[in-house]
Amino acid sequence: MDFEKLTIPEIHKQFHEGKTSAVELVERALEVIGKKEKDLGSFISLDREEALKAAEKVDKKIARGEELGILEGVPFALKANIVMKDKIATCGSQILENFVSPYDATVVKKLKEAGAIVIGRTNMDEFAMGSSTETSFYKKTRNPHDRTRVPGGSSGGSAVAVASGEVVFALGSDTAGSVRQPAAFCGVVGLKPTYGAISRYGLVAMASSLDQIGPITRNITDCVLVQRVIQGPDAYDSTCVKDKRNSSRYDLESIQNLGVKGLKIGVPQEYFEKGLDKKVKEKVEAVIKLLEKKGAKTEKVSLPHTDYAIATYYILSPAEVSSNLARYDGIRYGYSAMVDPDKKTDDLLSVYLESRKEGFGNEAKRRIMVGTYVLSSGYYDAYYLKAQKVRSLIRKDFESVFKKVDFLITPTTPTLAFKLGEKLDDPLQMYMSDVMTVPSSLAGVPTLSLPCGTIEKDDKKLPVGLQLIGNYFEEAKLFQVACAIEKLVNK
Amino acid sequence: MSFRPVIGLEIHVQLKTKSKMFCGCNNESEGVKPNTNVCPVCLGLPGALPVANKEAIKSAVMAGLALDGTVAGFSKFDRKNYFYPDLPKGYQISQYDQPIAKGGFLEFIVPLEKEKKLGSKKVYQKRAKITRIHLEEDAGKSIHPQGRDYSLIDLNRCGTPLLEIVTEPDISSPLEAKFFLQELRKIMRYLGISDADMEKGHLRCDANVSLKGEGTKILGTKTEVKNMNSFRAVEKALTYEIKRQENLLKKGKKIVHETRGWDEDKGETIPQRSKEEAHDYRYFPEPDLPPLELSQAYITEIRNNLPETPEHRRNRFKKEFKLGLEQLAVLIEDKELGDYFGRVISELREWVKDLDLKQNQEKATTEMINLTANLFVTELVGMLRDKKVAVEKSKITPENLAELVTLIYKGEISQGAGKKVLGEMLDKGGDPSHIIDEQGLKQISDEKKLGKVIGEVIKENKGPVDDFKEGKQEALGFLVGQAMQKTKGQANPQVVNKLFRRILKK
Repeated sequence: MDFEKLTIPEIHKQFHEGKTSAVELVERALEVIGKKEKDLGSFISLDREEALKAAEKVDKKIARGEELGILEGVPFALKANIVMKDKIATCGSQILENFVSPYDATVVKKLKEAGAIVIGRTNMDEFAMGSSTETSFYKKTRNPHDRTRVPGGSSGGSAVAVASGEVVFALGSDTAGSVRQPAAFCGVVGLKPTYGAISRYGLVAMASSLDQIGPITRNITDCVLVQRVIQGPDAYDSTCVKDKRNSSRYDLESIQNLGVKGLKIGVPQEYFEKGLDKKVKEKVEAVIKLLEKKGAKTEKVSLPHTDYAIATYYILSPAEVSSNLARYDGIRYGYSAMVDPDKKTDDLLSVYLESRKEGFGNEAKRRIMVGTYVLSSGYYDAYYLKAQKVRSLIRKDFESVFKKVDFLITPTTPTLAFKLGEKLDDPLQMYMSDVMTVPSSLAGVPTLSLPCGTIEKDDKKLPVGLQLIGNYFEEAKLFQVACAIEKLVNK
Repeated sequence: MSFRPVIGLEIHVQLKTKSKMFCGCNNESEGVKPNTNVCPVCLGLPGALPVANKEAIKSAVMAGLALDGTVAGFSKFDRKNYFYPDLPKGYQISQYDQPIAKGGFLEFIVPLEKEKKLGSKKVYQKRAKITRIHLEEDAGKSIHPQGRDYSLIDLNRCGTPLLEIVTEPDISSPLEAKFFLQELRKIMRYLGISDADMEKGHLRCDANVSLKGEGTKILGTKTEVKNMNSFRAVEKALTYEIKRQENLLKKGKKIVHETRGWDEDKGETIPQRSKEEAHDYRYFPEPDLPPLELSQAYITEIRNNLPETPEHRRNRFKKEFKLGLEQLAVLIEDKELGDYFGRVISELREWVKDLDLKQNQEKATTEMINLTANLFVTELVGMLRDKKVAVEKSKITPENLAELVTLIYKGEISQGAGKKVLGEMLDKGGDPSHIIDEQGLKQISDEKKLGKVIGEVIKENKGPVDDFKEGKQEALGFLVGQAMQKTKGQANPQVVNKLFRRILKK
């Protein structure tokens, strides 16, 4: 049994056939982590004992001959910004170094109820702000395909944990590409669902109007199986809604078998222009040709406001960040300068200033400042309000294009995984690595990244990610197309 | 030059919903151990999200409609950002540019003279326009123990739903401000959406005060007065602030645009912060809450089921029951008392039907209603207050009270005995005729029976009898009193009076 490649249905089958046990799986996961962790740095903390205990329970169920749920006994990892009862949720930041959550995020509750087993929390850019996982206060995470390269971010830890076989699946969060971009860099599947498809309750907010939790998996089928469990309306999140279009319930059989015949694929020209790596472009175009052969119709389309997406995002997102991160003030929980022997605090203001100065990293501070600025009186109309208007235009781009085509196909990232440190000191360059993923975040439409081959660079084979963008709540259709592509690419 | 005060109010009303504004925590934190009535949402813990309370939204709609405002079909929540230890999220969820209700007005009665209460006959009607009404959440409480170098925070109050009501600068005197607030309190209570108790902080009021020179159209610089914790404090603080501004202006000095706090002990307003130091709250739409869309059907439904407002009831009671100003003042002040009064009157109408009346029924009913109102105003309200019991929770049923009124009206018991029976009913419950029988309180009007008693009184009181015969009218009062004593108050004083006159005239 090659644990590092097992799919969820295979695990399920093996449990029933008695070929492996949940405890054995967890042990294997911990073994792989033990072997690779020093090198890759995907985890911030591990739940060894709890995981083994949970696995024992599953095994007892197996022993009693009980029917298991599809995710039961499957080891997975949580991004460190998704809270779990009695566990520290650092969000990759010093300011939350000691924050123990008294409650479970809705997705955690759902996965626990489904019997999946949490192995630990993965490394991430501080408060999910970054595209390389390098802004984490805790450690560096490396790309398993080339240790000198970044895994992408901000869900870099989760992507690496799945890509390196440490866990079967992981949850990430995606605000502007934080699931899709690391999935692309690491060669795994990553889904950013429709905004409102998965409850955000328990996801520590970065930019609330954009944040979505999403699964990172080894293949499309696993992605469907995880998404099926974690999606759905939640009484604790009023932005998480029930949608009729979502009622197909991800029927696995049709997803796997319907294929692409007769589907209309939109190829948005703006995504294939300047700044796109030539080899990446070739890979994606090769897939488009394969799909045409399978009976899909392609059409060149335009999303005219694509160019404004990054600028819009870097106004709206920092604005929300500046407000969402205000609660970290060193008073009630988390890092506090008040109890730091190296700090001097005389009054309330100095507690605020010193705690936030010490507790936040540079990127967090940068966005808090930009956000505070764009919301200030006198600047609000020129920045925040204008950006909101542009966001509406971007949304309309997608709405009108989906009247013509079933889904869009683009590269996930303009380049392959870049080198560690390459863009850390150049925020604008770093921001541009999200250029393909930001527009669909602003529009709120579901978007999936899947591997579509590799490109050799510096003697290493680096994965290329392909992005499928669908209409609101049409995740099932994305899965259907993704399944077809997966089969074609793996031939 | 003389000046006219221009006052606008900003009122926060704490809604008495079951749960808090954005979470499931109990909304009642009074007497609860600090920081125990909390959850991840109202504590603003990382990852927690707000969910708007439907009951609070309904309360706000009710308030908007009761104040004749326009309820918005589309409104939204916004974040008001500022740092303070009792504000755990670092922002308050409020409503900024699209409040749940706009416009409207409140009409209220103001007595002409300061000393006079609402029952006074010298009153005028005043109307103050409402600018807007919006929903928001409360912050926690900061406690600063005296002589300590630390402060304490209690977050139980965090997330309590508040209604902010802003008026136009239509109020012209501290007394008007006070009566506006009292009328507003009544409305909140009539709607059943808040206890609006100022002392308990259910109703908090800030005031914008400026002076306008007589004959000019230019408004003066305003100050904002805070920290007024009772109706009396509002009146006193505003009186002080107006005087302070007037003195400055008369000396040719300028008013500083600032926030001033009322210091109850010192009896003065003290500068808190100038407008230059004012916060930039960086309002923006709350991304965690979808916009609030209310259908016309929903608004109409609430409008159709809106409880009677104090003003409507005042007019109705006046028209239907022909009550006087003082009676109205008492019966309108307390909604439950008025409700109860209405129930007594319905019962009373049943009793009237059974009466063997010499006069017309309508006139008798009016007299009986008046008798009931007087019994409420002069006896019942005081008794309830002494016993610290709410009328609807007392042992007196409206049916029994109506019977008591009927018995008094028929002359079967005296007013004095009526009071005694009422006390008994309040203590033990039961129907008045039983109590009258048990305690022998039935009024004696029979002339034969009373004649005997009067004979005895005349025999025993030679002096006063002679006095009366000599023309001293006050002696009669004494003699009647004696007769009342002998009958333990059961004698009908009018009959006794008549008999004395008749006998002693001979």
